[in-house]
Amino acid sequence: MSEMTKYTVSASPHVRSAETTTGIMLDVIIALIPAGIASIFVFGPRALAVIAVSVIVAVLAEFLSRKVMKRDQTIGDLSAVVTGLLLAYNLPSNIPLWMAGLGSIIAIVVVKQMFGGIGQNFVNPALAGRIILMSSFPGKMSAASFSGANVMGWDVQGATGATPMGLISLSDGVADTAPSLMEMFLGTTSGCLGEVSALALILGGLYLIIRKVISPIIPVVYIGVVAIFMAIAFKFDMYAVAYEILGGGLMIGAIFMATDYTTSPITKNGKIIYAVGCALITCLIRLFGSLPEGVSFSIIIMNILVPHIENLTFPKPFGYVKEKKEKEEAKS
Amino acid sequence: MAEKKTLGQEFTKGLVKENPVLRLVLGTCPTLAVTTSVENAIGMGIAATIVLICSNVVISALRKVIPSKVRIPCFIVIIAAFVTMVQLFVKAFAPALDASLGIFLPLIVVNCIILGRAEAFASKNSVVASAVDGVGMGIGFTFALILMAAIREFFGAGSLTLKVLGFGTQVSVAEPLASIGIEPILIFILAPGGFFVFGLLIALANKIAEDKGLARAELKSCAECPMAASCAVKAAGEECAE
Repeated sequence: MSEMTKYTVSASPHVRSAETTTGIMLDVIIALIPAGIASIFVFGPRALAVIAVSVIVAVLAEFLSRKVMKRDQTIGDLSAVVTGLLLAYNLPSNIPLWMAGLGSIIAIVVVKQMFGGIGQNFVNPALAGRIILMSSFPGKMSAASFSGANVMGWDVQGATGATPMGLISLSDGVADTAPSLMEMFLGTTSGCLGEVSALALILGGLYLIIRKVISPIIPVVYIGVVAIFMAIAFKFDMYAVAYEILGGGLMIGAIFMATDYTTSPITKNGKIIYAVGCALITCLIRLFGSLPEGVSFSIIIMNILVPHIENLTFPKPFGYVKEKKEKEEAKS
Repeated sequence: MAEKKTLGQEFTKGLVKENPVLRLVLGTCPTLAVTTSVENAIGMGIAATIVLICSNVVISALRKVIPSKVRIPCFIVIIAAFVTMVQLFVKAFAPALDASLGIFLPLIVVNCIILGRAEAFASKNSVVASAVDGVGMGIGFTFALILMAAIREFFGAGSLTLKVLGFGTQVSVAEPLASIGIEPILIFILAPGGFFVFGLLIALANKIAEDKGLARAELKSCAECPMAASCAVKAAGEECAE
């Protein structure tokens, strides 16, 4: 008996990658830190409170729902922390804290655990949480409530008032009151916590790509197609195109939300189709929809289509011959 | 029918054991659509119950006259007649209810519960049994609607509208909650909230049914249907129509 415990008896594969879910999630958390720092910088300590509540409630909700459902505990894989962070980054800084907590509960319990936990959610939990909060509390989640505290003594003029996406339209172009491109790149403007600073998000995205956590296909194609579509729509007004790319949730959506493993295609062609779809729906909602921003809805819609995209782009094995149709056999 | 039930059993089966919404999963369209307030749910429940009792009685009385090949059109004509009467009555005496129920009042004509009871019960049983069945099923339907509406209205609007035909009162906790910064969760009275609450109630009903050793409300095959014992389709060996 004691001798047997020295040997490991297991089925193949025997050589495993060092990658673990926990490791990948840790990388995503590290990549999200710059955007978090930027949000605390722009919106003050209130941003930290929203992030803390979202993350703590998400982890607690995961722990309790796994316990109630009598399943193995999975809080160790840190995926609940990522969901909580992403949800917080999609909320305005002055949202009541109980709403942030409720969003975490919806994301974890309803969207993730009720469908079987990590790897089984049919749409991105954080985005679904955001959309449910948006439809439940339009007053608290709408553009008018984005406001930041001018804590650093800096002139953060954009931090109060409408989201930058409300200040651009197809007929009038970019409004005079809109923040400058530099402000939008650095993030000293209004919006949801994590989406304001394009610089911080790009830093995080580069880290993920270098660490090979995400493939660059989805973010590059997503942002690229939005740029092309906007260039045509605004008749090659490059200022408006840059404004559309830096503004709103496009960066955080393309880099962190659309690349979620569970809800994005695994095939290369599938990734391209998926990213193009996300981009087109985003542009259509932004230009012609009644909402100023459409990133969250476009990603959710494409999430639902992912199984079909994967079926369409399923790679053909080498030497595979297509089966003849039964109809022909029936004729002969 | 496999076994003869007493009138009392015919009445009580519709309340819980074969509750049309939560166990037979019939009439889900009005269930999802009108349960945004308790007042609507009560109105819809009463209207459907009246139609159900009347159509059950008439169909049962005519069951030996109606040729079986054209029975469905005949049932529809009878049901539609009663729905029109109820609709005219509601329009005349409760116009506010008519406005809030909208298209779902005339749509009682194609309510699966009423057609289902006509097909599965009234066309094979005596007038008295059919009337009792209609009362039980109608109360079961109303009970499920009110339960769902109470949950949705409480969370979605922070109130409970306990009104019948305009009489009654509205209990609201929205204002005291607003003063401490708590808002109603609007999505509960929107369509997604309806599906969500409905799903949770079905899950709860399934859990209770499982604990008691009954079949789950999950229509994978005809045999699992709680109505299987009395279903004509199953006897004919066809696919379940509902």
